[in-house]
Amino acid sequence: MSVLIFAELDEGKIKKSSLEAIFYGAKVAEMTGTSATAIIAGPADDAELASAGRFGATKVLHATDPKLTEPNGMAYATVVAAAVQQEGSKVIVLAKSSLADAMTARLAGKLKAGLAANVIELPDLSNGFLVKTSIYTGKAFAHNELKADIKILAIRKNTITPEEKDGTAPVETFTPALNEADFAISVKNTEKSSGDILLPEADLVVSAGRGLKGPENWGIVEDLANALQAATACSKPVSDLDWRPHSEHVGQTGIKVSPNLYIACGISGAIQHLAGVNSSKVIVVINKDADAPFFKSADYGIVGDVFDILPRLTEAVKAL
Amino acid sequence: MKILVCVTSVPDTTTKIAFTDNNTRLNKAGVTFITGPYDDYALARAVELKEKTGASVTVLNVGEADTEPVIRKCLAIGADDAIRVNAEPTDAYFVAEQIAAIAQETSYDLILMGRESIDYNGGQVHGIVGEMLGIPSISPVMLLDIEGDTAQITREIEGGKESLEAKLPLVLGCQEPIAEWKIPNMRGIMTARTKPLKVVEPTGTDKLTTVDSYELPAPRGAVKMIPAEEAETLIQLLHNEAKVI
Ligand SMILES: Cc1cc2nc3c(=O)[nH]c(=O)nc-3n(C[C@H](O)[C@H](O)[C@H](O)COP(=O)(O)OP(=O)(O)OC[C@H]3O[C@@H](n4cnc5c(N)ncnc54)[C@H](O)[C@@H]3O)c2cc1C
Ligand SMILES: Nc1ncnc2c1ncn2[C@@H]1O[C@H](COP(=O)(O)O)[C@@H](O)[C@H]1O
Repeated sequence: MSVLIFAELDEGKIKKSSLEAIFYGAKVAEMTGTSATAIIAGPADDAELASAGRFGATKVLHATDPKLTEPNGMAYATVVAAAVQQEGSKVIVLAKSSLADAMTARLAGKLKAGLAANVIELPDLSNGFLVKTSIYTGKAFAHNELKADIKILAIRKNTITPEEKDGTAPVETFTPALNEADFAISVKNTEKSSGDILLPEADLVVSAGRGLKGPENWGIVEDLANALQAATACSKPVSDLDWRPHSEHVGQTGIKVSPNLYIACGISGAIQHLAGVNSSKVIVVINKDADAPFFKSADYGIVGDVFDILPRLTEAVKAL
Repeated sequence: MKILVCVTSVPDTTTKIAFTDNNTRLNKAGVTFITGPYDDYALARAVELKEKTGASVTVLNVGEADTEPVIRKCLAIGADDAIRVNAEPTDAYFVAEQIAAIAQETSYDLILMGRESIDYNGGQVHGIVGEMLGIPSISPVMLLDIEGDTAQITREIEGGKESLEAKLPLVLGCQEPIAEWKIPNMRGIMTARTKPLKVVEPTGTDKLTTVDSYELPAPRGAVKMIPAEEAETLIQLLHNEAKVI
């Protein structure tokens, strides 16, 4: 009756958010007196896969079928369902991502599982199986009781701080039967900005709004982000105006982020924007208007002109 | 072509969330309910497809009687008829089961939903429905074009996008810029009053998850203001005090 963790790869490496999920799953295994198995699909070398052991996995199942090279939520759900059956798993843990979202739903449908999305803490097992989730786009939390025999927990970034220890996990090749219907969608073209830090994965985020006046001014935002090794983000009007790509838009109707540091530059702090960012650990607001609502939700604030402040912050970071 | 659009009735995005009854229920006093913003994109694209190809558009909500104003608004925007499954929609699997049951009665070519509801933010119902019906599910969809029985789709992925081709029937979770939100006009509002809205009872399953209680986030501590002329000290504070860089 193991805990099964679905871990995602990014160019052959286990994603950081998945390492967090493995550590979380190992903790749940410890709480329930079972063991933690990680399931990973797609190409990766054994040393990388075995490193799941450093975060608490006691075994890694590696689905190696070449058809699984491209991330495919439906096919991955079939693979994970087969692993659940083989391992007799009752709890499945994964880190939220666009692939994980697609996979989780199909898996919940297959297994008739109790599903908690946006989990933000370890479960409370003192009376049933209770998990705390973020709802209303971070404006509130719910304590959910999962009553189904099989439970799926999709955890949000920064739910737990992984601790690394020595050790590797044995890797077993896993070759479940695939389902032809899972490959009915054909991918014609993929556009991906490579090399950049992915926003949902980023520990540090520099975000800018309409206060930047136009796309030609984003250089100062990117300079600060590069100096910090942070991802860049933006408010909704900025992506609506096509100043920045849609994949950078954060907020209630955009990406929800929970990084360690969120720096908001020239963003007023509308409730819909705050909804997507207010679970960040530390929030910095830079705005020329001292009455901007965002200051009420900030930890540090500077009333000033972004065109003056940002380059100076970039220099200060470089001097660290 | 038959299109089913699944919509939620949710607190307006400017709502300050509060709970009542010992933190076991949303305090609905003074809250305006709206169609989920992502569901609005799904509906807008469905109505565009109707105008272009003569498709029929049915709106479906799983909810209690107080969601009917939102359903009527969807009819005013251009849906032809509506179904409400009379139940409290607290569990994604339960909601998906209701939608799948309706979809099994009438075979829809397209089931359009929002990328996620803005109350539970699960982003799960479309995938579960797809699995229950044994058809593909794709989300979040930014562009959708239909020709014959084939859909051309652009989906957002982390840090980019992907163009896909798939055969109908499909379940899609929609987001911008798939279509512009539509506002009902006077004629729409008038005709919506007489469009059919069928109420059906849920098919019986036990909910797999229930909410024991709700909680509000703890307020942030007071903001520390740094004078603009000393902006550089922010970096020191982030490094030494907050320890995030
Ligand atoms: C249904 C719905 C959903 C929404 N979802 C989202 C969402 O997901 N995300 C989102 O961001 N918004 C969302 N919005 C929009 C939201 O309400 C705000 O309109 C938006 O967040 C404002 O963006 P902004 O702060 O960049 O622009 P503005 O509100 O125009 O603010 C610009 C700020 O920049 C400051 N500024 C100007 N010049 C300078 C300068 N030189 N130096 C420093 N500061 C300067 C100004 O003082 C001002 O505070 C949504 C709205 C609706 C109705
Ligand atoms: N109660 C409901 N009634 C109808 N459709 C729903 C309901 N709940 C969710 N949906 C649809 O499923 C999508 C995803 O919802 P969720 O999985 O809750 O984030 C929503 O955008 C709706 O289109």
